[in-house]
Amino acid sequence: MRRRTASLVRPFLVPLAALAAWELACRAGLFSPLILPSPGQVLRRWVSYASPLSPYDPSRGSYLAWLASGELWEDALGSLYRVILGFLLGAGLALPLGLVMGAKSSAYELLNPLLQVLRPIPPIAFIPLAILWFGLGNPPALFLIALGAFFPVLVNTVAGVRNVDGIYLRAARNLGADEFTVFRRIMLPGAMPYVLAGMRVGIGIAFIVVIVAEMTAVNRGLGYRILEAREYFWSDKIIAGMISIGLIGLAIDWGMGRLNAWLLRWHRGLEG
Amino acid sequence: MSRPAAIDASGVRVRYASGAGEVVALDGIDLEVARGEFVCLLGPSGCGKSTLLYAVAGFVRPTAGSVRAAGREVGAPGPDRAMVFQEYALFPWMTVAENVAFGLRLKGLSRDEVGRAVSAWLEKLHLRGFGDRYPKDLSGGMRQRVAIARVLAIDPDILLMDEPFGALDALTRRNLQDELLRIWSGSGKTVLFVTHGIEESIYLADRVVVMTYRPGTVKEAVPVTLPRPRDPSSPEFNAVKKRVSELVMEEQARQERDELGES
Repeated sequence: MRRRTASLVRPFLVPLAALAAWELACRAGLFSPLILPSPGQVLRRWVSYASPLSPYDPSRGSYLAWLASGELWEDALGSLYRVILGFLLGAGLALPLGLVMGAKSSAYELLNPLLQVLRPIPPIAFIPLAILWFGLGNPPALFLIALGAFFPVLVNTVAGVRNVDGIYLRAARNLGADEFTVFRRIMLPGAMPYVLAGMRVGIGIAFIVVIVAEMTAVNRGLGYRILEAREYFWSDKIIAGMISIGLIGLAIDWGMGRLNAWLLRWHRGLEG
Repeated sequence: MSRPAAIDASGVRVRYASGAGEVVALDGIDLEVARGEFVCLLGPSGCGKSTLLYAVAGFVRPTAGSVRAAGREVGAPGPDRAMVFQEYALFPWMTVAENVAFGLRLKGLSRDEVGRAVSAWLEKLHLRGFGDRYPKDLSGGMRQRVAIARVLAIDPDILLMDEPFGALDALTRRNLQDELLRIWSGSGKTVLFVTHGIEESIYLADRVVVMTYRPGTVKEAVPVTLPRPRDPSSPEFNAVKKRVSELVMEEQARQERDELGES
């Protein structure tokens, strides 16, 4: 019993100690508040960042809409929207292409060289070109995020299809399956563990890219906001924004983990 | 002549590249299996018995000679020659019921018909209540029951079995052997069963075909006329077993000489 309590408490010890040390260092005047604001200051700024800008006015919409009218919500939803749409574009192109490349060696031989040349270029390096091609705002950001998600999903899907055990293909053909059935009911689900691992990496990269894109090409979102805060030396707002980014990243990863567990419920080793 | 044999292999030769050289897996195989007959292919590992099975299934194309099933030259794999693999080969992402339904759905049966057939086959192989499980949750013996149900559900004329009970413990193996015989008897299905178990082959087969080691040829076909159910402890059973053992041991000895000589 005592041991269980200890292991429940233990994970909180180091973070709380770090917060306390931070707070104490700030109170002792070790750092200028411009360089490192105290945790309390960051929290206050975070609350005001999340709070509505104007008092509640029933004629202008529901209470809920007013509650979510703060700057933080608009920024967070905007970033989330770009990540999800960009990821769906990139992964949505990579998945069918990867399936075809994995299943047909002629398609692989045709497409692989070009993709291998493009793959090592970090999506960030496409920013100037993206702005030239698509201007400012959402279009270049979506292009960059899609690009960031595209390659991890593609590479893993190809590897996944190629690693489907030949015995399943033989068994399926032996039971009378045609090529399309083999593709849809054997190769696709057989490659799924790889595909999902690629998607997890892809959405992580998409999330990095959205912040960078917002710092350069979009005048909205969390990435834009923390860069803007720097212009005014609002270091507390920078940190509040960073924490918001971290929480959204955590939520996305948790969601991907749940999706993974559900789609791979047949897979050995995922359950005890 | 009457109807053609279920399986007719003549002059079958299979050669494939292996490392630096070439391996002749099968050479000059002549084998005719009558409709409804239960034939075991027996021999040491490396004698090409699985290769012969794969040639009948259509996974391996003979370098020379021909394999006919029900009078037709074997081309691509097909559900008339359904295969049970040693590694079960159940689709792990499908439930037990979905695995059994796989071949049935491909035959174009309606959803109701598939559902009825699946529950009937699960019942027959003592798998009732396991339809919603995934293969990873089943024991080896139960997985092989599912694999057998999946194959029998599509009602093949020829059943190809590649050491299907090789990975199972002795009790489970005997159990499944008895069930296989029960389902086979009176079904009119032809069974070609690969094994390296001497007792298993005599317990099951109408005819035990002993194969030679590298290249694989037919050494001798031993008919087993003992009435079923057979008693492995009876003198008659052991007389056949002694005869078959001698044949297999000769090949086993050749294999050992070969492997020692190569190293």
